[in-house]
Amino acid sequence: MTVEEPILRLQNVESSYGPVKAIRGVSLTVNKGTIATVLGANGAGKTTILKTISGIIDPDKGTITFRGEQIQKRDPAWIVRRGICHCPEGREVFPLLSVRDNLMMGAYTRADRDAVARDLEMVYGYFPVLRDRAGEEAGKLSGGQQQMLSISRALMGDPDLMLLDEPSLGLSPKLTREIFDIVVRINRERGKTILLVEQNANLALSVADHGYVLEVGRIVMDDTCERLRANPDVQEFYLGMKEKGVRGERRWKKRKTWR
Amino acid sequence: MQVLQVVISGISQGLIYGLIALGFVLIYKATETVNFAQGELMMLGAFLGLTAVTFGMPFWAALPLAFAGMWVIGILLERVVLRPILGQPAFTVVMVTIGVGFVARGVVTMIPGWGTDTHALAAPFKGELVRAGGLVVGMEHIVVIAATIALSTALYLFFRFTRVGVAMQAASQNQLAAYYMGIPVRRLNSLIWGISAGVAALAGVLLAPITFVHVNMGFIGLKAFPAAVIGGFGSLPGALVGGVIIGVVESLSGVYLPEGFKDIAAYILVLVVLVVKPTGIFGETASKKV
Ligand SMILES: Nc1ncnc2c1ncn2[C@@H]1O[C@H](COP(=O)(O)OP(=O)(O)O)[C@@H](O)[C@H]1O
Ligand SMILES: [Mg+2]
Repeated sequence: MTVEEPILRLQNVESSYGPVKAIRGVSLTVNKGTIATVLGANGAGKTTILKTISGIIDPDKGTITFRGEQIQKRDPAWIVRRGICHCPEGREVFPLLSVRDNLMMGAYTRADRDAVARDLEMVYGYFPVLRDRAGEEAGKLSGGQQQMLSISRALMGDPDLMLLDEPSLGLSPKLTREIFDIVVRINRERGKTILLVEQNANLALSVADHGYVLEVGRIVMDDTCERLRANPDVQEFYLGMKEKGVRGERRWKKRKTWR
Repeated sequence: MQVLQVVISGISQGLIYGLIALGFVLIYKATETVNFAQGELMMLGAFLGLTAVTFGMPFWAALPLAFAGMWVIGILLERVVLRPILGQPAFTVVMVTIGVGFVARGVVTMIPGWGTDTHALAAPFKGELVRAGGLVVGMEHIVVIAATIALSTALYLFFRFTRVGVAMQAASQNQLAAYYMGIPVRRLNSLIWGISAGVAALAGVLLAPITFVHVNMGFIGLKAFPAAVIGGFGSLPGALVGGVIIGVVESLSGVYLPEGFKDIAAYILVLVVLVVKPTGIFGETASKKV
């Protein structure tokens, strides 16, 4: 890692769905060129954080700073143009459009056709299966292929920061590994900063540089992924390793269910 | 031969239903609401065309003018009336569009020169007959068919190949994902209202030489709605096909069945189609995410 330069900073962000407060006082920083991850159980508020960043939800409180500019409560289209692309949970492809048209929609905000054509080649390079099935309806792809499409579609927006929401959801471990390898390559080769949200802590901690642990809407831990992996609490609750020793008994009762 | 002639006039009448139904479907796909003022938009378009022709404009120039005029009105309608009630229950929106229809009829009766009279729109081809192999068909029917083919081709190319057209499809298939991509969903929806109103205007101006221009001509929308339902309500080709089916059945039953059947043919058809295939002829099986 070279000089740490924050590209995204959330300060005390709170968001709610009607009366239900989903995240409270969330502060986090993502450094340029790195992969950061937010770990948390189902319902912890991970998706809410990403939706708040990309402008789908307006926060009640707090500031979001991207490349030195405040972006909270802005229109999603404006935020995409600033350089943040969101690969949503559950893939959310356009089912009746062709794979190619799906990718072109990722580039909707861009005017430079040559650059878009180059990026199309680039994503076909990362995921050759998308080239093979370019003319087919996206709804006909398998789950893993749809996930590849969803990531590629976000990449087509030429973002500086990519938000990835649970790309492992519903995929086989092998396929997940493949996709994560490519996500890491995208980070290293293209210099894309990535904020990855995962339930699969093992996987996320193995690819990310910095991790945040989210519990019921609050960030409760924040460290380098290396240290998080070594942390006994994380090991026990998030990596599914049972701790042997005096504290083990008591903790066991609190143990959360992880897929 | 007579059957064929009846069928052809049925097709042209049906395409008028289909064009109005197209407006229903476009707005429904984009916003999940039904615009019950679609028939009135057609009526306003016909009056715009009538006025243009009355002021000496050629019929062929009045057509695009009515399209453009109603395009603007459609966009204004979305901005001023529909957007403020965005997020209200569908029932509210439907009631508002019905209200818009009432207001449109009311306003037309107050405009000097429009009023409650019945107007004839002088089209250059009016009364002309086309003879081919013993077949005699009114030119106005041929014009409707040709114009609809041209318009559908244009719409097809627009939705299939332009960036904005594809984005409209995308937003209709998965609105949330469209927001994520930075697609300006609201602006596109307002554009859709413009297109729907414009298409309705074309239907009105094309219908005018066949019937008349009148403040209540928009009630034809009551036939266009079943056309959209028969077609599957989510399908643009379906709207036209549904319209044609209704038009043809209607004109055949007008000639060969006892009086009265013509008027209820559309509704009987809807019942039959809904029983046999509840999603309509072109009904989409993929469910939509909003
Ligand atoms: N559309 C919604 N309406 C109401 N509550 C919601 C909605 N989406 C999420 N929530 C609530 O907000 C909390 C956080 O949800 P979410 O951000 O989706 O969690 P995660 O992505 O970590 O699983 C949960 O308690 C959830 O029930
Ligand atoms: Mg989630």
